[in-house]
Amino acid sequence: MNENIELDRDTTEGIDPPQQFHIELSNRGIESLAISPSSLPPAVLLEIAKPDDWGKVAALAKDQAWRWVAGWAEDEGNRLSVSVCLELRGAYLVLRTRTDAQYPSLPSHAAYFVSADRSERHTHDLFGIQFTGHPDPRRWTRHQAWRGDDAPLRKSFPQEGLSHGQTPPDNEYPFFKAEGHGVYEIPVGPVHAGIIEPGHFRFHAVGESLLNLEERLGYVHKGIEKIAEGRSPESLARLAGRVSGDTTVGHAFAACLAMERAAGMEVPPRAAFIRGLLAERERVANHLWDMAAICNDVGFAFAYYQFGRLRELWLRDNLALFGHRLLMDRIVPGGVTVDVPLAAAEKIRQSIKILRLEFSDLVTIHDQNSSLEDRLVAAGYLKPEDAQTLGALGFVGRASGQSFDVRKHSPYPPYDQLTVKVPLESQGDVASRFWVRYKELWVALKLLEQLLDKLPEGEIAIPWQSPPPGAEGLGVVEGWRGEILSYVRFAEDGKISRYYPRDPSIINWPALEKLVLGNIVPDFPVCNKSVNGSYSGNDL
Amino acid sequence: MAWLLALLQTLLFIASAPLLAGWLKKVKCRLQNRRSPSIIQPYRDLRKLWRKEPIVAHSASWIFKATPYIVLSTTVLTASIVPLIAVNLPTAKIADVVVLIGFFALGRFFLALAGMDIGTAFGGMGSSREMTVSSLAEPAMLMAVFTLAMSASTTNLSEAMKYVLNTGLVLRPSFVFAMLGLMLVAVAETGRIPVDNPTTHLELTMIHEAMILEYSGRHLGLIEWASQIKLMIYGVLIVNIFFPWGIAQSFSLESLGIGAMSLLLKLIGLTVLLGLSEVVLAKMRVFRVQEYLSFAYLLTLLGMLSHIILEVQH
Repeated sequence: MNENIELDRDTTEGIDPPQQFHIELSNRGIESLAISPSSLPPAVLLEIAKPDDWGKVAALAKDQAWRWVAGWAEDEGNRLSVSVCLELRGAYLVLRTRTDAQYPSLPSHAAYFVSADRSERHTHDLFGIQFTGHPDPRRWTRHQAWRGDDAPLRKSFPQEGLSHGQTPPDNEYPFFKAEGHGVYEIPVGPVHAGIIEPGHFRFHAVGESLLNLEERLGYVHKGIEKIAEGRSPESLARLAGRVSGDTTVGHAFAACLAMERAAGMEVPPRAAFIRGLLAERERVANHLWDMAAICNDVGFAFAYYQFGRLRELWLRDNLALFGHRLLMDRIVPGGVTVDVPLAAAEKIRQSIKILRLEFSDLVTIHDQNSSLEDRLVAAGYLKPEDAQTLGALGFVGRASGQSFDVRKHSPYPPYDQLTVKVPLESQGDVASRFWVRYKELWVALKLLEQLLDKLPEGEIAIPWQSPPPGAEGLGVVEGWRGEILSYVRFAEDGKISRYYPRDPSIINWPALEKLVLGNIVPDFPVCNKSVNGSYSGNDL
Repeated sequence: MAWLLALLQTLLFIASAPLLAGWLKKVKCRLQNRRSPSIIQPYRDLRKLWRKEPIVAHSASWIFKATPYIVLSTTVLTASIVPLIAVNLPTAKIADVVVLIGFFALGRFFLALAGMDIGTAFGGMGSSREMTVSSLAEPAMLMAVFTLAMSASTTNLSEAMKYVLNTGLVLRPSFVFAMLGLMLVAVAETGRIPVDNPTTHLELTMIHEAMILEYSGRHLGLIEWASQIKLMIYGVLIVNIFFPWGIAQSFSLESLGIGAMSLLLKLIGLTVLLGLSEVVLAKMRVFRVQEYLSFAYLLTLLGMLSHIILEVQH
């Protein structure tokens, strides 16, 4: 199974997937226009003439086994444009259509792609676009702070928001109901006992067995997309670094890449390499912390403290070498703000050595503990087929045989000059997700060394050049949670007119609903931790 | 004089229980390569909780408010009948080990009611799990006690300890089985790893803590204190029944001093063992607890059988 997937990804047929898609569109009588050269490199941009064809387009994409990556809308005055990004064998394709702003309506993609489900609900709540045939038309990002007809992301909606007085309680959300003898409901959250973000989980259980889990997110909606409008590029990079605090490098990287592509800029090689260093350092820190947290959730405190200690040392190095523990605001449009002098490079090599040593000791202890194995193995099983249907990303996907990694399959600087290995597991349980992190951590350490070895001389930043009015750009990078997509459009004055970040969590959250089924209630926390979706990145 | 001593012993018992919890914490921290809080931290926590106003849910009935007091008093009463540093005390004579189990059951009964009283999902879940665990733990505990009772021909704790003291150091298979069984039961009943995790913040994984999730301030302090005493009761039971040597049989200052010192050493040893097991083990899946307690029951049953087969003289 997994090998097949791997093969599918690596065999390149004579004709590239976007072209094939375009040809098949005209075969099916769907009018489309390929924008040439694409305004969204490296993706190919296809404009679909008739919005009514939007559903058929999705059907074709499904037939050709494209992966649904992201969807977003833009206000163009009397029309709304809707774009969807797809990926196949490392090639990205953006489809775009336009609908009337007065009565915006489009056929839904959610019937074909599960990953489109929440994204379309998000677009509906923020733009007021009706997606016809959507299997679950309930509100999603909209809680109660806006009125039913408010469309906050339309340009006519004031940026400072509309105050409707005190926000009413959101207690009428139509959750799924389950009835029957012995079925009971457990509401958990949105406020949790630990210092974590808010999100509501509604369980249906019989005894201790889980029948159903429904997530209700959106409690940390910060209006990122709205407050991005009118920002300068530097300011957008800062904002992007705050989409999800633990992925500050990933999002800033993606946003800067998008802006630079829009402006037709290429950062100096040294800057690209330092960006790679930052991204891999972020991956290492977060994987260590996740491994710690997984152990803590099954009551194995020893590993929690030890992995946590290693992470802390790593973060202190970040502070000493890069000036910020979490590496916030180190990536800016045009390059990076910190250089890596020789002494720092030596320090990084040293700390990698120490980490390797201590980490292997710890992992041996971990590996030989049968009581831990008993908790992690077979818990939270995500079938490879389900992972594929959901388009699961990062360690969630890779633990269930989904090998896609932007660094390898659609490389961007600096990864186009490195060899990236993508570790795979196929068991799909919590243990697999733990071990994928472990292996990814080793790969990240190797990459760090490669980056240091090949670190080119030169500038670490170039001055920002204003892009042509209305320019747009797409940045896709591999964050530590998986693929991050950033879409940026500039206004006439060189400020941002639209920013849409797609955190991998938006795609991965539904995987949690699937993989907890049939588990027992007390195993939910560790299942959740093994997926570790970002609430903030999802809610925007 | 004897009654005064009994009273003093009970006071010592409940006053030193937080110290045992603090010591256990210290042991665990050291084993995890961490710095530990001060050994008297549990006292500070109790003082802090005692000063705080308890917040009670609107839907709570009198059961919720009365439970902390009931739980603490049953636990203190139980502590009073367990010989700590001396046997032959009058309190030990008025109640035997079956009463001890009954007291624990009474406290637990009210805790489970209180868990359901406020009507939150977590409370009900905790009560249900606690009842599942205790319904399996109690038979195992009773079986361990009966094994002991058959050897010593008494269910009185004080008498049983004297019997073990008088027969000297003899290796009895029945006692070894009963002790192992009782240790497993003790871990389950006091809500320690691997059965329950007293330090977790994850409501969905809790057993004991889920029942008391809605308690705060003074109420919580009482329940915490009761848990610490309960841990100490189990510890003292194990060390004093199976290793009673050193316990005072007369009320002279000297023998009481020896009793206290030997108890201290024995408890230190036992908590190091407990701390070790907690550090090397992850918490088990909830459905494994049944297997775990069945194993405890099996051990105590083996103890009983080996007593009948090997030790009874016809």
